[in-house]
Amino acid sequence: MNKEQRHLNVTAIENGTVIDHIPANNVFKVLHILNLENNKNQVLFGDNLDSRKYGKKGLIKVSNTFFEGNEINKIALVAPTATFIEIKNFNVVTKKQVEVPDQIKSIVKCFNPNCISNVENVPSRFTVVDKENMKLLCHYCEKITARNNIVFF
Amino acid sequence: MKDKSLVSITDFNKDQYLRILEIAADFEKNPNQKLLNNHVVASLFFEPSTRTRLSFETAANRLGARVIGFSDSGSTSVKKGESLKDTIIMVSGYADIIVMRHPREGAARWASEVSSVPVINAGDGANQHPTQCLLDMYSIMQTQGTLDNLNIAFVGDLKYGRTVHSLVQAMCNFNANFHLVSPEELKLPSSSKMHIKNSNLSYTQYTELGDIIPVADIIYMTRIQKERFSDPLEYEKVKNSYVLTKSMLEGCKPNMKILHPLPRINEISEDVDETPQAFYFKQAENGVYVRQALLAAIAGVK
Ligand SMILES: [Zn+2]
Repeated sequence: MNKEQRHLNVTAIENGTVIDHIPANNVFKVLHILNLENNKNQVLFGDNLDSRKYGKKGLIKVSNTFFEGNEINKIALVAPTATFIEIKNFNVVTKKQVEVPDQIKSIVKCFNPNCISNVENVPSRFTVVDKENMKLLCHYCEKITARNNIVFF
Repeated sequence: MKDKSLVSITDFNKDQYLRILEIAADFEKNPNQKLLNNHVVASLFFEPSTRTRLSFETAANRLGARVIGFSDSGSTSVKKGESLKDTIIMVSGYADIIVMRHPREGAARWASEVSSVPVINAGDGANQHPTQCLLDMYSIMQTQGTLDNLNIAFVGDLKYGRTVHSLVQAMCNFNANFHLVSPEELKLPSSSKMHIKNSNLSYTQYTELGDIIPVADIIYMTRIQKERFSDPLEYEKVKNSYVLTKSMLEGCKPNMKILHPLPRINEISEDVDETPQAFYFKQAENGVYVRQALLAAIAGVK
């Protein structure tokens, strides 16, 4: 792929954020977690794009929108490799890496069907007890939801 | 501990455990102290548990408190679909302390977050039952004169027995040496073993009950339930191998005592009841003093 084609794939934005290096097929989850489904600005996204680093990747561009650290870290569960690139006047201003947070609220369902958070209208809450293997200790039932049984709301 | 909820045994620290046990010893000497004359204790049993409910309500009555509540959610607005949150907010407007048992794990934690008064967890599904743990500790203290440096053997279902998990966690504060006797399928979960390791303590696993008789200061027996086994044949094989009988007690330490959260099925043979080692009925009685101590401490009168 030459430079011009790459340019077409990812139209430049004047002001806003580019979220790069999203694992392929997780773009829709990221859009959902960051509530970009309801964003009134221009939102462009692509999935299964060629990536030198990861083979395939997803990418999102949002105009006139910038994210705080705790919002950025919300996507750690689905896109731990993602980078948030802030653009002002077509120039890259900062690049921020996703970090796994200590606490996760209201994003993930507890895997335990008998947990009160799955039975009543209780916002889920977890402590990340193992950041590498993504083990989440439920604040309510005190059971561990592991990476292989993570379900998003 | 005034106004503090007790949901998990880890909500209290070592000093607080010891303080509760100290107050409980005082109530054992003098059980009728009308310290909660002006208090209303709500006893909310969303699932029935006669033993625990009677123990709590006896404790509240001995303190002079008035008790409101229900023993089974079948006859309440919960059955009409009222949320736990709404029930708790309503009751916390009436009572000074809420004692609750609920079939869902995490229900007591959630209740403590929406309630304006302290909540004591009397069991939330398979999760926690901290007052059982405190009365176990009280019984250990009473029989051994200390909680420190003891050899504690846990026998039976160590995988699903929540009282075992809490007591292991609590006794990690007291330099215990853990002896774990269970069938292969019902071993202590790795999360509990992690607690032991993180406290720099050690444990030994056994499959033969006889092995721990000469070393144990406390033998904590639990029920093995058939439905815990994926293979019914496996249950048939082990069901009689974790039964304590009088003749097995020969050679035990003189200070050794047998505890059991009750009810027992057949895991302690009835001939053990008459031995000086049997402590499980006294242990159940101790539950009242410990719950008195907890209610008094949380109400701020002790
Ligand atoms: Zn849970």
